[in-house]
Amino acid sequence: MSVEINVTGEVVTAYLSGELDHHTAKEMRESIDLAVELNMPTLLVLDFGNISFMDSSGIGLVMGRYRNLLKTGAQLHIANAPPQIYKVMRLAGLERLAKLERKGENNGNNQ
Amino acid sequence: METTNKFSMTVLSRSANESFVRACVAAFAAQLDPTLEEISDIKTAVSEAITNCIVHAYKEGAGKIYITGELTDNNMLRLKIRDKGCGIENIEKAMEPLFTTVGGERAGLGFAVMQSFMDSVRVRSVKDKGTTVSMTKKISPRFKLNG
Repeated sequence: MSVEINVTGEVVTAYLSGELDHHTAKEMRESIDLAVELNMPTLLVLDFGNISFMDSSGIGLVMGRYRNLLKTGAQLHIANAPPQIYKVMRLAGLERLAKLERKGENNGNNQ
Repeated sequence: METTNKFSMTVLSRSANESFVRACVAAFAAQLDPTLEEISDIKTAVSEAITNCIVHAYKEGAGKIYITGELTDNNMLRLKIRDKGCGIENIEKAMEPLFTTVGGERAGLGFAVMQSFMDSVRVRSVKDKGTTVSMTKKISPRFKLNG
């Protein structure tokens, strides 16, 4: 499990990798929140391209970041969601909170 | 319908065991030659059930989680995940999507995910005695093209 942060202008991109469950969510959450606090982005991109497994703990992580961003008005994008992860996200209705992009749909804006 | 294989395991309610148990169940279910999607569905449902034991049943400290799995001759996986924790007061409420008693960053979607990804989910619970989640999933038969 790891989080790599990339800051470009007002965009913070968090590249998540490994398995996202209740055990790993806390550490991922803390890394993302620290990057947001330090950089105050107008857009936070969570890149799930290298996440190999995710259960509803990942939904909690996205919902929690969405709530935090509401305070500053920043947008949230979910990029590169692999099929199984996209399925869990759709079940939770995350497309109502954030722009939800499947793996393979990347238009190059998140690099 | 006959049982063709069985396993049982017991783990402590440590969050590190979430990945361990779902990997074990996936390896067991692999005997039915599931698709990648079916394996992912099973892993996700198991992860939810185990996380429930850790976050809810044994919220006061570590306890044992008992997992049994069975394969049947009609390509069915049956799983039971049992704890001896605090029990669920209102099962119907607990199974409602987005309902959670712990707040924080739990989405309240555990049972919704299990129900969506498995064919059947049954929950039995007695307050202060524990909870048993029984789930089944039929694996679609696949025919080999080349021997």
